[in-house]
Amino acid sequence: MRFIFKTNYDQDINIVRHNGDRISYGLLVAAMIIMPFFIDDFYLGELSYVFILAIAGIGLMILSGYTGLASLGHAAFLGVGAYTHAFLLTNGIPFYYSIIIAVAVSFFVGAAIGFPILRLTGMYLAIATLAFGFIAEHVFIRWEHFTGGNRGMVVPTPEFAGISFYDSATFYYVCLIALILSMFAAINILRSPTGRAFVAIRDSEIAAQSLGVNIGRYKALSFAISAGFTGLAGALLAHYIGYLAPDIFNIFLSLTLLLLIVVGGMGSLHGTIYGAIFVGSLPQMIAIGRDYLPSSIASQPGLEPLLFGLILVLFILYEPLGIYGRWLKIKLFFEMFPTYKKQTFKKQKTFTKSDRV
Amino acid sequence: MSYFDVNNITVAFGGVKALNDVSFSVDQNEIFTIIGPNGAGKSTLFNVISRIYQPNNGNVVFDGKDVLNLKAHQISQIGIARTFQNLELFENATVLQNLLLGRHIYKKSNFLSDMFFLNHVKKSEREQRLKVEEIIDFLDLQHYRDTPIHGLPYGVRKNVELARALSTDPKLLLLDEPSSGLTNEETIDLGFWIKDIKNLLNITVVMIEHDMSFVNKVSDRILALNYGQVLAEGLPEEIQSNSEVKKAYMGE
Repeated sequence: MRFIFKTNYDQDINIVRHNGDRISYGLLVAAMIIMPFFIDDFYLGELSYVFILAIAGIGLMILSGYTGLASLGHAAFLGVGAYTHAFLLTNGIPFYYSIIIAVAVSFFVGAAIGFPILRLTGMYLAIATLAFGFIAEHVFIRWEHFTGGNRGMVVPTPEFAGISFYDSATFYYVCLIALILSMFAAINILRSPTGRAFVAIRDSEIAAQSLGVNIGRYKALSFAISAGFTGLAGALLAHYIGYLAPDIFNIFLSLTLLLLIVVGGMGSLHGTIYGAIFVGSLPQMIAIGRDYLPSSIASQPGLEPLLFGLILVLFILYEPLGIYGRWLKIKLFFEMFPTYKKQTFKKQKTFTKSDRV
Repeated sequence: MSYFDVNNITVAFGGVKALNDVSFSVDQNEIFTIIGPNGAGKSTLFNVISRIYQPNNGNVVFDGKDVLNLKAHQISQIGIARTFQNLELFENATVLQNLLLGRHIYKKSNFLSDMFFLNHVKKSEREQRLKVEEIIDFLDLQHYRDTPIHGLPYGVRKNVELARALSTDPKLLLLDEPSSGLTNEETIDLGFWIKDIKNLLNITVVMIEHDMSFVNKVSDRILALNYGQVLAEGLPEEIQSNSEVKKAYMGE
């Protein structure tokens, strides 16, 4: 077990808590950097997809995991980011500017949607965001000048420094850099007053208010920031897919993102990575699994959504803290061996909460 | 006009008048206690002051400012902090994070500077931490800094909530039943702390309390409410011997 002797406030502020972290995360990044030299294009593409999912996951995690607001329409922001980016690229805007504008547009769409919608809570908020998702999908279909409607839209392949995006290693590095930057941005937001205000809203709105947190503004801000990250993921996703059609950004994609953060572990940024790996590899696993199933089951069309739903329910029932929560327990088990207590992670309820304040 | 004035407050929920024409005033640097049987309207009064309920009538003036003109999140900015009857802590955050949230009104950054964690954000974080540490020392919370709230015993949670209210650097502290659920020893400690809050930190305290021996020991003045109306107001000895108050608590 590691005990950290704190002698400086900065030790609680800094991102890296101790040298062990520095080594393990450094090794991870190094491994990711040399990856293209060892694996082939297909797996590189899959890995890029996992990174994109993780960025979208960070977005939804800030909203649902940290601010406690549900969203069933986050695919819409992926769509906003993707279409804006593709539209700008088509019109000759350079890649860097285009992606920044795409993030900004998603951010402001998020803020504009957030202000009215976030008066709702719980189930009603979920329904409103679900409706927003459907509306956005229809806007993508109808606004043909901008999106090409049902015919779809080709995403131009930008070049920079003479290397085309068709090269999967280049795209891989772009996604990796985007993920690392997003991660740092998210960590910074969460360790600063803004992130604390989000957590305050999640845990007790009334107390947050009495401490001076402007609930309406911070909820909308959380929605906007979340939309911004998701928009970035959308812009990258546009390159990954290569051809945008409105039905990509449907409810199923929103649910996939939700599955990602629940399986990864609500309220942890580590969870977004675990969740992205899980969700990214699930279709492959299902495809492999089909070979071993009797053909009457394997040929059923609804197998994927069924499994997604089943996994979501099982995680909520048996491991609400997700893969990251399980990892923490395993880690503690070995640190404390042989004195690990199951109760360590059990939340104790000391008294019943009432509605009275 | 005194430091903190509550004038003719009336709150009606449908036909029920939770508060009926309640007025009182509190002087600077005073410990003012509100007592009364269940349903007397004590917590409603606090919720009016902290702008959670909108009164039908009356006004509240603190330090020359009209409180009812403010929104709920602006109350802490004029120096009013409160605790809650049924603990409203941020359960999944550590004690330190809870207390740092008390410093929210003093932040000097917006989300963009937060996102890049610019130098002034870091500097301000250090300053807020220093302030929070003073409160931690004051209320003996050193041991629990990094513990999440859901792992703490009830007495400590109560204490953390008091600490969180104090870390907003208030001028007026509203305590809603601070001693409920505490052990005898914890109640005695709390009595000392409340007196210290008044004497050392120069904070005016208004509290709702049921434990009469604790009330008499700590308070400078007492207000007794029943069925939303003021029964009596005065020094602890006066209230103890007041026949109206006795009737409300013990019957005819």
